[in-house]
Amino acid sequence: MNIHEYQGKQLFREAGVKVLDGVHCTSVEQALAAYDELGSRIVAVKSQIHAGGRGKGSLYDPASGGLIMEGGVKIAFDRNEVETYAQNILGNRLVTIQTGAEGKIVNHLYIEAGCAIAHEYYLALLVDREEKSVLIMASTEGGVDIEDVAKNTPEALHKVWVNPRDGLLDGQKSDLATDLGLSGVAHTSFVEMIGELYSTFLSNDCAMIEINPLVRSEDDEIIALDAKIGFDSNAAFRHPEWEGLRDRAEEDAAEIRAQEAGLSYVNLDGNIGCLVNGAGLAMATMDVIKLYGGEPANFLDVGGGATEEQVEIAFSIIMEDPSVKGILVNIFGGIMRCDIIARGVIAATESLNLSVPLVVRLAGTNVEQGRAILAESTLNIHSVEDLAEGAQKMVALIGGGA
Amino acid sequence: MAIWIHEESRVLIQGITGNQGMFHGEKMLEYGTNLVGGVTPGKGGQEVHGVPVYNTMKEAISETDADASVIYVPPRFAGAAIIEAADAFHAVKGEGVVVCITEGIPTLDMVKAVDHVGRLAGIRLIGPNCPGIITPGDGGGCKIGIMPGHIHAKGRIGIVSKSGTLTYEAVGQAMSIDEGQSTCLGIGGDPVNGTGFIDCLAAFEADPQTEAIIMIGEIGGTAEEEAAAWAKENCTKPIVGFVAGATAPPGKRMGHAGAIIAGGKGTAAEKFAAFEAAGIACARDPSEIGAVLLESLKAAGLR
Repeated sequence: MNIHEYQGKQLFREAGVKVLDGVHCTSVEQALAAYDELGSRIVAVKSQIHAGGRGKGSLYDPASGGLIMEGGVKIAFDRNEVETYAQNILGNRLVTIQTGAEGKIVNHLYIEAGCAIAHEYYLALLVDREEKSVLIMASTEGGVDIEDVAKNTPEALHKVWVNPRDGLLDGQKSDLATDLGLSGVAHTSFVEMIGELYSTFLSNDCAMIEINPLVRSEDDEIIALDAKIGFDSNAAFRHPEWEGLRDRAEEDAAEIRAQEAGLSYVNLDGNIGCLVNGAGLAMATMDVIKLYGGEPANFLDVGGGATEEQVEIAFSIIMEDPSVKGILVNIFGGIMRCDIIARGVIAATESLNLSVPLVVRLAGTNVEQGRAILAESTLNIHSVEDLAEGAQKMVALIGGGA
Repeated sequence: MAIWIHEESRVLIQGITGNQGMFHGEKMLEYGTNLVGGVTPGKGGQEVHGVPVYNTMKEAISETDADASVIYVPPRFAGAAIIEAADAFHAVKGEGVVVCITEGIPTLDMVKAVDHVGRLAGIRLIGPNCPGIITPGDGGGCKIGIMPGHIHAKGRIGIVSKSGTLTYEAVGQAMSIDEGQSTCLGIGGDPVNGTGFIDCLAAFEADPQTEAIIMIGEIGGTAEEEAAAWAKENCTKPIVGFVAGATAPPGKRMGHAGAIIAGGKGTAAEKFAAFEAAGIACARDPSEIGAVLLESLKAAGLR
């Protein structure tokens, strides 16, 4: 789960990580009031969306599609510019390198006081799955894409792994500050900041914190000019406060509905809907559809013990996507019995008045009974024995690829 | 022989009085697993499926001389359950296998648990978020987890996978060419887990019963690439590989917490390329795993 920059900065503030003064706004009037309140002549007007690359993104009119402004983060030198930028951003579509071509409508703004920057750094904390520990990455090359830094100037990228039992050691903090070329007040300021940040990472069950850029001001303070924070969804049970930080407008409505029903769903661009048990098999099903010339419309994992009701919700979510021309069901019955799945498929087909062709591949527990139930049905259901056959059949039924 | 567990391994269930523990405990017994007891704090002294329930792992291992435990407790307690099991096996026997089925454990809990287990010699953690491990025997066998027992048969193929149902698919493919299994296990779909691909490959390589290996990966991380590089240097037995997620879009989590292409890394294309570079015979479609395995066995003079 991701949160906005303005929310991340509030977390930083509470944790003692230095950020600039700023105000969250949802209207041009609020933006102007924020400018007056901040008392800083120069301010940054920042689009708030859950995607990176905002500064280099472009804003478009959602109705006409016309270009409105280049750059989703602007420096305003007076009140009039704040008004112009806020108008150009709010309610419009921001397309960045990370949003895809469809972009995201900007509903939130952050107006932030200016500061005199001496140098920009990159800083990130994440869980390194190979080393199985929290990894801190820092670079003297701030403000640029970290993948580029890793590729072009790997010597500028410093990595520190934190042992979970020992925690982040004083020596590690100090060495990292030195590696970044910091000394004196800035060195002390960085050491304090990184300690607070690591504690924040742990106490908030973060999956990632990225600050790009982290800056050294002209008076040698270390300040987080950015805050990109992602939480580990598995830890939601011990963070009731996350509900208040969630921005549902940033999430796919069908994905939310699936999640609430205990299903895992991701919408894709193709026209063949998939209903599968198990994440690995669900991915493999998409891959095989593509291998035989089709395009999957979604990833959908009904889990190991789906009920008839969940199967029905799964079908209804798949059918909400207007591009779906057929559905491939692929179930390897383990704990789940194929006869129960077959009955669930028939019940859902009838109650939803499913009009698209359905190809069903069943394997595993009670497969013979399951296939017999499907064979008796008069509905538009094609029963197949293996996944390859199912994918080929589906592609043929809808008349070739997408 | 098989790896890590054998037909007679003595098994405990952590969370035996819960729905999952109760249900799967019955299935494990039906398959012939030597279930010797269970643990649920505060429920010691009861009996479930005819085996005793204990309050703590230490007590349970001392009383039953168990070799392995399987964890079916909810995510919020699972990290602590792993640590308790590891400590208890280490203290009482100096060795033990801990299998964690639970899905949805906070990643930082796993960072702590895996670090803890790593400090205890002789303790192996399998999972979490996995189907478990099974060593089929002659009629029954040892099934520790949630996989359907009846699809397996004893044989010479070792199977390791990140996914549950895709493991069953691989078993079905092996059975379609009349090949049984030595041991099959899922290492789980979480970003931070215990046993990895390389541990499994090394164990299969050393196991005289195993003559060929099926390895199934998925997008996310670089475990497949590292395993392929290791296999190239160290494995003499034929390996058949598949990677799920060739069509997964970047930046989207595909069901498993660890199945995500992040920053352009962890794609199926990279993993397939690493497999091929290591001489692993790849199936692009899981329905072809059986055929590719047959070819590999023939090429190795095993069929």
